[in-house]
Amino acid sequence: MRLLTHNMLSSNIKGVTNGFPLRIEVEKVVEKQVDLSPAFLRNMFSKIEWKALVDASHSFGYAELPEQADASMLDSEDFLRKFHHALLELHLEEGALICPETGRRFPVSKGIPNMLLHEDECIMMTVDKLKTTDPPSPQ
Amino acid sequence: MWYLCVFYHRLLDYRKAEVESLSHLFGASDVEEENDKAHSLEWRLPQHHHPDSPFHFVNLPSEDIARKIANRSILVKGMYEVWGEGDSYEELEESVKSFPEERKLPYLDSESSFKINVDSFGKALTFQEQNQRMQALNFIPFKGRVNLKNPDHKFWLMETDDSGSNNGLPPIVQRRIFFGREIGGADRKLIPTYQLKSRTYLGPTAMDAEMAFLMANQALATPGKLVYDPFVGTGSILVGAAHFGAMTMGADIDIRVVRDGRGPDCNVWSNFKQYGLSMPIALLRADNNLPPWRTGLKEMFDAIICDPPYGVRAGGRKSGGRKLLKGAVSPYVVPDDKRTDHIPSTAPYSLVECVHDLLDLASRMLVMGGRLVFFFPVLREDDCVVVNNYPEHECFKLISASEQILSSRYSRVLLTMVKISPYTKEIAEAARIKHMEFKENHLKWLEDGNLHSAVFSPADSKSSAGDEGKLSKDPKPKYRGKYV
Repeated sequence: MRLLTHNMLSSNIKGVTNGFPLRIEVEKVVEKQVDLSPAFLRNMFSKIEWKALVDASHSFGYAELPEQADASMLDSEDFLRKFHHALLELHLEEGALICPETGRRFPVSKGIPNMLLHEDECIMMTVDKLKTTDPPSPQ
Repeated sequence: MWYLCVFYHRLLDYRKAEVESLSHLFGASDVEEENDKAHSLEWRLPQHHHPDSPFHFVNLPSEDIARKIANRSILVKGMYEVWGEGDSYEELEESVKSFPEERKLPYLDSESSFKINVDSFGKALTFQEQNQRMQALNFIPFKGRVNLKNPDHKFWLMETDDSGSNNGLPPIVQRRIFFGREIGGADRKLIPTYQLKSRTYLGPTAMDAEMAFLMANQALATPGKLVYDPFVGTGSILVGAAHFGAMTMGADIDIRVVRDGRGPDCNVWSNFKQYGLSMPIALLRADNNLPPWRTGLKEMFDAIICDPPYGVRAGGRKSGGRKLLKGAVSPYVVPDDKRTDHIPSTAPYSLVECVHDLLDLASRMLVMGGRLVFFFPVLREDDCVVVNNYPEHECFKLISASEQILSSRYSRVLLTMVKISPYTKEIAEAARIKHMEFKENHLKWLEDGNLHSAVFSPADSKSSAGDEGKLSKDPKPKYRGKYV
């Protein structure tokens, strides 16, 4: 899982109001080289939650990204390279994504995050019949 | 400028749509207008030809655009600048002679090399016949050298008979001979290279290579763009988009398909590696019914391409246990000690709900002008489509619907929609209410939308008795139109 994906995902468990950003539990990070495409990076920049990307890259041990960024920085080749590296070249191969509100673990194995919810975590047709249960307490 | 566009005689319904999409991609309509003109071109048929004819004339702004379209297209055999045409060789000669000299001479000079191809539709010409026809072109002052392998200019002589004089030729063309200069042509190696039988990892519903490329063309896949498939399976659709340089991303509810495949070198990743394509940006396990996107994330993808599960070959699944949906009194709660390794059960997903979710996802996650390209099944009876209600959404405009007939009972239609208005709070709220409605009437939707029984149930005796008279007359019409 690349950090671009991490930047898009949140915990969608029933009752969770702010499931973003997911905390990253690292077991194994791998680097895979990807061709740099300035057009793609420019396209993605405006859609990225910058702080979440910076924090996530820290959890991978990558500290090169500036704390703040704006579109004018895209003209710098150095910035583009770092942005590219953080966004696309660092992969979480094994580990987990942790819901910030409930502590629910979404496992990442072989690079694939498993975002599927358990039966009792999704909004169901029987939701009205249920008394509103509190989300499981954080671990 | 008018060009002769010759198609391969297959997937007839898809041909013009593909050329129109590609002309949009290559900037034939430079303004992003929201009127119909932005997505359609001017077409003209040769004299007395039927719309199913492989010969069409198309009006394009420049030769450069015509070349780009032809070189990338899957269904265009070639684009030609016509130097002359006629019903007979005498007429052809007259016509070529009257074509302006200044447009011919640059391609006939002694510095260049050339080659003449002789081609025919609906008939085969022997080698001698081809040679004869080439000799007959000696009224054209070719000065260059002949180079069969790598000529600078390729000329084509194409002819077709009419069905009256050539029994077996579909009644869609009249005898016509064209002579012209090739502007561009399809890459014939593309489909054999990517054909499914060479693919390491396949699923039961893998999209064939030709169709995957057509879908990628409809989606305007190109470098720098991000294309998403919410029902990615073995990735066969994304392979097409990746070939054209787009970044890809896919999700599937079945984790075995996306994560494990059939081994370390037989999985979704290996399907991309095999062709030297860049790997998908991301593969994840997620449910399109409950997508895991963060709040505020929108206009992320340039295109969404998919073949939703419509319950004929494979049925859709969504989150939520089967038991719960059948109205069990107490909801299923996963015991805390079993949570880590719990495998959630899934419930069947009706087509209507699936399409609703897809449109909602696309209206939120596509950029303005982004394209949603997906297959939608329709039922057929007596060789025509029973109902023709394609899904609609206020954010989208349908720009093409191309039918591919799969059996006498049903066909699938490739729908191409363009996002024309932004996703507003009101639209989101309406979608949420609809979402809840689906939850509440889950079983009803499953029964209503059961395409599987319509496609596979035995024909009722009454209608088959009525059909017998018809069947004995002409069980298989000679010309089958869209069936090719």
